[in-house]
Amino acid sequence: MMPLADTQFVEATWIMVVKSLVIFAVIFGILPLMTVLERKLIGRFQHRYGPNRVGPFGLLQPLADVGKLISKESFRPANAIPTLFILGPLLPVLSGVLALAIIPWGNVQGGVGLYGIDVPIGILYFFAVGSIAFYGLLLGGWSSGSKYSLLGAMRGAAQLISYEVAMGLALLGVIMMGGSLSLVDIVEAQGNLWFVVPQFVGFLIFMLAGFAETNRTPFDMPEADAELVQGFMTEYGGMRFGSFLLVEYMEILVVSGVAAAMFLGGWMGPGPGWLDPIWMLAKMLGLVLVFIWVRATLPRLRYDQLMGLGWKVLLPLATLNVLVTAVLVVTT
Amino acid sequence: MTEFPYLKDQDVVEVQRGPEPGGVGGAYRAFGETLRGLKTTMARLIEGPMTIEYPEEKTPVYPRFRGRHKLHKFEDTGLEKCVGCSLCAAACPADCIRVVAAENVPGERVSAGERYAAVYEINLSRCIFCGYCEIACPFDAITMGHDYEMADYDRDDLIFTKEMLLAEPLERTPLRGEGE
Repeated sequence: MMPLADTQFVEATWIMVVKSLVIFAVIFGILPLMTVLERKLIGRFQHRYGPNRVGPFGLLQPLADVGKLISKESFRPANAIPTLFILGPLLPVLSGVLALAIIPWGNVQGGVGLYGIDVPIGILYFFAVGSIAFYGLLLGGWSSGSKYSLLGAMRGAAQLISYEVAMGLALLGVIMMGGSLSLVDIVEAQGNLWFVVPQFVGFLIFMLAGFAETNRTPFDMPEADAELVQGFMTEYGGMRFGSFLLVEYMEILVVSGVAAAMFLGGWMGPGPGWLDPIWMLAKMLGLVLVFIWVRATLPRLRYDQLMGLGWKVLLPLATLNVLVTAVLVVTT
Repeated sequence: MTEFPYLKDQDVVEVQRGPEPGGVGGAYRAFGETLRGLKTTMARLIEGPMTIEYPEEKTPVYPRFRGRHKLHKFEDTGLEKCVGCSLCAAACPADCIRVVAAENVPGERVSAGERYAAVYEINLSRCIFCGYCEIACPFDAITMGHDYEMADYDRDDLIFTKEMLLAEPLERTPLRGEGE
């Protein structure tokens, strides 16, 4: 039997530990900056400055926010289910961190693979781990013992089912063209041409589904501040609420990372080899900017419109994309 | 278009309806409109913020803006213009001005007239900034200034005495230029 992906490269354990520490440090350094970036950019999109009081250019704003959230009481409603209520915000954090492992920052350089781990199942790992986040959302929403939380969680579950399928199908075209499930191999396959060109439809579908997966506008139905008072987060306060927010940004980074690796040539870019992780980061941040731009532009879809878009537009389109790609890959 | 003969001479505007939603056309239009929206927000981003960062930067006021009152002196002699006639207090609808007049003593004149205001107080927590005092004054001794920052921690501190009204304001409020 042919292996799904050839990942025979093995490193020493201490290298793996150092790598994961570095990835943690970089990502958790970027996350707070992303919150400031988002708030500042949303402000500029609306003719205002955004946070600019705390520290130089408002860069210390996340510190102030976290300080506020930590110092708040960790409130739990009387009719909530204690263990599940606490587990709710933890599962998404776990899933986000796990998903970071497969984001490729570069190929093997000097005996070190510039990625967390190159798993043979590759992109399937992303789907498997990413779906855990919705368990946290569902558990948190359900165990809060509040109707708004439950509604938000239900919407989240329905949204996940609707968009996960389209997302997977959108990536299938890339997997066929790359001939591997491993993200590293797929990036290597884009040496001549980034997959965003032949797979443009797939890219659009993936990004749209990515907005839905990360609960961002225009698909922030689970949160829906206007109707559901923050949906599944309604009963959460303090740092538990903060970790839900943290996860939202982490998921944005992960989805951007996967999109950059699958469609935008990952670490490919001019310059010497040590620039590879920086190229990857730049592409990810570029996609993060798109997330913010879309949030500043589009209003929330109505629920039936959301479902209609997922099942009637994205799913057939993704299927068609897969079929056409399959025919082209086989014939050429 | 259907003709409605009974509506012929009436001002009836036909309701303009957009294309039916849904279908391939609907998806195409939605995509186009989305791009248009993205273009709009990006244009706002490029225009840059129009915020006035208030404590550092103040909104300029118009020349006729009615802010905190000022009492005036003659520039050449340094004598107060106010003669303590209390017309401003009589004109005040909010009854916030208190004037106590006194006779000028030769040798140590305070005002240009026969009498002067020994006490001149304006209770700014009551003042409605109507400007009637300014109109009532026969000597242009009191005018409405341009300052609008009058918040304080204590109500008593909002009773402005003659010395406070005569003094120059610590910070000048910016004035709006022509056509601004």
